This record gives sequence, C-alpha cells and structure tokens, in this order.
Amino acid sequence: MEGLHNIVVIGKRELKSYFESPVAYVFMVVFLLLVGFLTFFVSGFYEARQADLRPFFFWHPWVYLLLVPAASMRLWAEERRTGTIELLLTMPITMVQSILGKFFAAWIFLIMALALTFPIIISTVHLGTPDAGAIAGGYIGSALLAGTYLAVGTLTSAMTRNQVISFVLALVFCFVLLIAGWQPFTSIFAMWAPEWLVSGIAAFSFMPHFESLQRGVIDLRDIVYYASVMIFMLAATHIVLDGRKGG
Amino acid sequence: MLEVKNISKSYGPIDAVKDVSFSADQGEILGFLGPNGAGKSTTMRMITGFLTPSAGTAIVNGHDITVAPVAAKKLIGYLPENAPLYAEMTTTTFLRFVAELRGYSGRVRDQKVEEGISRCQLESVRRQPLGTLSKGFKQRVCMAQAIMHDPKVLIMDEPTDGLDPNQKHVVRNMIRDMAASMTIVVSTHILEEVDAICTRAIIISAGQLVANGTPDELRRKSSLHGAVELTLSDASSDTADSLRALPSADRVETERSRYIVYPGNQETLYSEVSAMARDKEWKVTGLRTLDGRLDDVFKQLTVGGDFSNVG
Repeated sequence: MEGLHNIVVIGKRELKSYFESPVAYVFMVVFLLLVGFLTFFVSGFYEARQADLRPFFFWHPWVYLLLVPAASMRLWAEERRTGTIELLLTMPITMVQSILGKFFAAWIFLIMALALTFPIIISTVHLGTPDAGAIAGGYIGSALLAGTYLAVGTLTSAMTRNQVISFVLALVFCFVLLIAGWQPFTSIFAMWAPEWLVSGIAAFSFMPHFESLQRGVIDLRDIVYYASVMIFMLAATHIVLDGRKGG
Repeated sequence: MLEVKNISKSYGPIDAVKDVSFSADQGEILGFLGPNGAGKSTTMRMITGFLTPSAGTAIVNGHDITVAPVAAKKLIGYLPENAPLYAEMTTTTFLRFVAELRGYSGRVRDQKVEEGISRCQLESVRRQPLGTLSKGFKQRVCMAQAIMHDPKVLIMDEPTDGLDPNQKHVVRNMIRDMAASMTIVVSTHILEEVDAICTRAIIISAGQLVANGTPDELRRKSSLHGAVELTLSDASSDTADSLRALPSADRVETERSRYIVYPGNQETLYSEVSAMARDKEWKVTGLRTLDGRLDDVFKQLTVGGDFSNVG
C-alpha cells in the first residue's frame, strides 16, 4: 500500500515534469505529424480505400525507434546530472518504487501521445466498417511496444549522466531488437542459416509479436513476451543504479 | 542518536573513507571537518543511504541503514552538497512532493509545506521555479525539505557554502534553534563555523578520522595552545634572545613588535614572561596566553592528506 503510494507520488512528479517543459508538446506534435505523414503519404492510406489500420500501425515500430528514446533519455540521466538523484534515493522509499514510478509515468505519457491518434479511427469508419478487434489489438500492441522500447530507454538512461549517449544507446539497442525479427532481414538470414536459428533469434525480436497483435490476435504469449522484456530491462536498471551506489 | 561504526568506502584500490567511527547524541551539533576530498561527502552519503558502504554501517536510533534503509531514512533529514533541486518545480510543488514521499497527505501535508515555507523564510519565492532561485534560496528550500519531518538525525553537507555573511548567519541560527530535538552533523571547511555552532567536532583527513573532541579540546592540540603573546612598544634586537632563554620557553616567533613564546612548560611560562618584562622594564602594550587556533590544529592534522580526486 505504502509502496503503491510512493510509486504514484514519483510517477505524478515525473509526468508533470514532461508537461512543465516543452518536451511533451514537441514530442506529441512530432509523433502525430510523423505517423500521419507516413500513414497517409507513404502508405497511401486513403488511396487503398480499405477500412484497415494496418498501414497506420505498420510505422509504429519505426517511429517509436526515434521518439521513445527521446522521451526516456532524461529519466535517470537528468537526475544524475543535476544531483537530484541524491535527494530521491535518500527519501524513505525503495529503489524499485522509484524505477517503477518513473517508468509508468513515461509510459502513460507515451500512451497519451498514442491516444491522440484517435482521428484515424474516425477516418476508417468513414472508409468502411473496420474490424474493431483489429483496431483494439493494434492499439494494445502499439502501447506494449512503446513500453518495451521505454524499458530499454530506462536502462540506457540509468547507465549515463549524458542524455545524448542515453538516446543513442537506446536507439541502437532497440534497433537491433527490432530488426532481428523483421521479415526482410530474416529472409536474408534464412538463405544460409538453419530455420531453427532464424526463428530462435526472431523470437527475441519485438517485430513478430507486434505483427500478430496488429492482426487483432491477442495472444497471451505476446503479452508475456512484452512483459518479460520490460521486467528484464527494469531489473537491469535496478542493478545498474545499485552498482552506482556500491561503486 | 547516530552511531557510525567502522564505515569504509573503497573505489577499487583507492580508499575514499577508511574505518571511520563516531557517534552523536540528541542535542549535539557535530562539526565534520576536513580538507576538500578528504571523504566528508562520501561519509555523509553512506550515512544517508545514498552510497552503500564497502564495510561498516551507520545506525540511526537503532535502525541500521544497510539492513533497514527505509526505516532509517524516515528518521534522517539530508541536505546534500550544493542543494540539488528539480529546476522546473516551484517551491510549493517541490515541498508538497517531498511531503508526500515522507508519507503526509491531505491537510497535514499542506500544513507541513506551509511550516517549511515559514521556517525557512521562503514566502517570497513560493511560486517561483526552483531553477531561477539564488543560491541562498536554493539552500533554504533544500533545508526546508530536510527538516520537514522533524528528523532525529539531520545531516548537512556544507550548508553555508557559497552564502553571503547574512545568509550564513540565518542558516547558523536555524541550525542552533533546531539542535535541542535532534542530532545534527554538519560538514564544513569554515573553521569559525565550528566555534559558532558546534558542540563537538571531528576531523577527517585522507579518509581517516584524525580528531574527535569539543572545539576547546581540539584547540588544545594546537602548538599555539598555552603560548604567550607579548607586544612591546620598545622592542629591541635582543628581546627575542632574552625570551628564548627563559626556562619554560620552547621557541620564539617575532613579528615586528609582537613576540609569540611557545611553551616548553605551560604552567610557568606566563609568570616567567611577565616577570622578565617587569625586570627589564619593557613597555608592555599587550600580554596574554593563547588558547590555540583551530585552523592551526586543522593544518597540523590534515596537511599531506589532500586527495582532491576522491569524492
């Protein structure tokens, strides 16, 4: 109970700090413009004349690749640079509570940005009768994907006091995890590697799990996958921050 | 009540803090002295649970910081060096945040925030973003955060550093006013501060504790302690030689018409000097026994121990 209270207090402060600086607004505007541009102009959403959000969700892994590290880079790096981490970690709360509070705040922020894409649903309704299940699955998948990128970004943010380094590390890290299961990439790989190895590596990737959710299939295995990557990354964040204390 | 037991911190082969032990009771204001880089901040960071000690521990009213960190932290107030604050928050939102982390809610929380604002005189900056505040105000906001929950142990890392003399005075008065109900440990390298507020002082050098005592006790370690200072209006070249010849004198330092006779024997030095002055009919304008100076002790104990590359 006290633990939950502390997570909420930390999370509230963090979420507010996004909106107290221009970061939040810049982020949301860029996200919406980028997703809109890619969906309508690159994928030709209207020209396809299909009440299907696949051309919209298709771009999310790539847009997140650029933007989620930007939203996560300050989480811990900024605390370390300004020294406020010394205040935070000497409060009567546990490290787990701080990590979770910050993580959920940033995740809620990303989900808020995602929610602002709702006009696209209106567009599909205009085009025909969309599959509500596929839309819900796509949004849930997208939110989980954002959370997973964010967990990676949380880890890289704890590793440095420099936000730029945190950003670049998160981007590279996410890119590797993304591309490992991306079809054009795996097909090159499949030309010479055995089938089990290709699918083994692909299983660690974000991509196949995201694709099945996009189809509206909410498979427990995908949810478990995302949850375990997040838990793993946050546990690693804990180890990194503890290492700083013990250093 | 704070007990620090054999606390140590090493970074690889470098010992930043080595086997430091001391304790302080309620009502005490313990001055924590040492050159820059001696390990003051590192020690304080271990006591407050920000750093994990390599060995040893700190115990706050029975709660071991390495075993029960949350219970111990509840009793500790901490003012870190340079008063770090969230730049985008205002004084009120920041104090409210801290109050919530300290477990206050609703009306009690608001009351704690108001108390902090009035105790630390922050009324004029209550709605101002912390990043725009002057050093003195930042220090006070951070102080308000540290004392909000009436801690049993208050740890302050150089609370008057970078403040102007008036602000220093305000902070010192606050520290003195709070002392009765808590244990205060305050690090500083300003020695006059020790005389102004501390009931006891410890000196740390190169990570090790080198002295622990009241300011008077420390002064007694000074080579100046018990020395006699004599000022004459008719000093001549052989005055120093005559003084040096006294049976209780060890050596004599001269500075124009002022002579400092270091004691071989403290008991009899003053009477011998005054007797000689009377016999030789010197025109004495000043004659006194010196207590010894803290900066002198500080220098004696810490010279050579300056590792400024260690936290």
